[in-house]
Order: sequence, then C-alpha cells, then structure tokens
Amino acid sequence: MTDIPPISVQLLSDPKYLCGVRELVAAVAGRLGFSEEECGQIKLAVDEALCNIVRHGYQRRKDGQIWISLSPICNGQDVTQLRIVIEDEARQVDPGTIKGRDLADIRPGGLGVHIIREIMDEVVYEKREPTGMRLTLVKTRCSCPASKP
Amino acid sequence: MEHDYLISTRTELSGAATVVSPSGDIDLGRSPTLRAHLKQVQSKKPPRLIVDLGLVEYMDSSGVATLVEALQTARKQQASMVLCNMQDKVRSIFEIARLDTVFQIVPDVKTALEL
Repeated sequence: MTDIPPISVQLLSDPKYLCGVRELVAAVAGRLGFSEEECGQIKLAVDEALCNIVRHGYQRRKDGQIWISLSPICNGQDVTQLRIVIEDEARQVDPGTIKGRDLADIRPGGLGVHIIREIMDEVVYEKREPTGMRLTLVKTRCSCPASKP
Repeated sequence: MEHDYLISTRTELSGAATVVSPSGDIDLGRSPTLRAHLKQVQSKKPPRLIVDLGLVEYMDSSGVATLVEALQTARKQQASMVLCNMQDKVRSIFEIARLDTVFQIVPDVKTALEL
C-alpha cells in the first residue's frame, strides 16, 4: 500500500483553468463507478471549492498555487468512496468560521460552502503548514454494490 | 472575462420582453461576461427579462449569483424575470441553493412569453 494519491494536479488560481480540473474529476469519478448524478455533484463541489480559493483565498490573484489529489477508498474490490484533497498557499482562516450563509437571505454570493456541505459526505477545512488551507472532501458512492440491500 | 463567450439577445413582443440566451458553461471565468451583458440589457429596463438557459450545460454558484443580482435589479425596476429551458444538471444547483422557488422557472421561451 502507498499513501501517494493516484492522481494529483497542480494549477494556478486562474478561473479559466477550473473547467479542465472539474471535468477531470468528474471523468475519474465516473470511471470509478460513481453514477452520472454523483459525478455531476462531485464536479460542482470541487468547482465551488476551487472558486472559493480563487475568490477568497487568493482574492482573485491568478498566480496562486493550488494542488488537488484524488484517492479512491475501497472495500475489497469495490470503490466505495472518493477522497479529494485540495490545498493552497492562500491566506489562512479559522476553519470554524467557514460556514454557508442563511439560504433565506436571498442575495448574490455566499453559496459555495453550503453547496459543498450539501453534496459531500465529509468536509474538513484545516490550516496547512506552513501556509494556506487544506480541504478534504469525501463522497460515498450510493450506487456501490456494498450499499445495495 | 472570457472574450470568446457567446451570449445572444433578442427582443420580443414589440419590445415588451427581452430574451437573453447564454451558451456553454457559466462559471467563475464566464459569469462576469454574463453579468455585464445582463446589466447592459437591464439598463434599458425591459418589462420582462427572459433568460433562456437551453444551451447552458453547467452553472456554478457564480452563475447563480449573477442571476440573483439580475432578479434583484428586475424587482427594483418592477419588471419580471423568467428562467426557461433549464437542463436538469443546472436545475440541481438551484434546488441545492433553494432558489428554485425564488425564480420563476418555466419550460420554454414560448411559455415565458405567454405569462
């Protein structure tokens, strides 16, 4: 066994590169057995996480570094979960303050964290040493054979 | 802004409605172009703004925020704003954000024009 994730991507915090990463993540999730709906959800969650790094972390600077890695989690031969780790060197914030906004307050913006938490089964924000933040996302396959009755 | 991003606009019902039809993914890179386009359209205060999303296959929260902003502008202008032709993948983000009941969403442009 190795802890090296099978896929790691490094990108700059430029919005025009987000489409390539989200398509890659969705394609890999599909190949691992996630349903089309789940792939769409994972794609959206990853995109929202990257958008938040670009907008809030790097404050729209386009030259910040972002790393994303994907690791399947298996139960025997079956892939049951996908772990996605997204790291940056952007400004650090207290993870406890990262919350989605009240949806009853209809206004532009502030939806990203809510969407991520709604879609993914595990969402963990933490400070990364020596700089930046780390976000770990886990999605469990609803369609995996082990979860069927 | 992405300069190759296509958005078409046409007026209907003798100027009573304006139909804006963005295409492709609406994400962080493209939503500023859509925002600028909608602002320009709404500066003419159309009584009804119809956003035809039939050619939009993906939208993130920046796209949704752009449409929320346009809705707020329409309300200030006492105009109506209608979304139509929304694909299921796009509809899901509105449902997650619980905005599917905030926007008037109809199946197609014809229905939006008949409201």
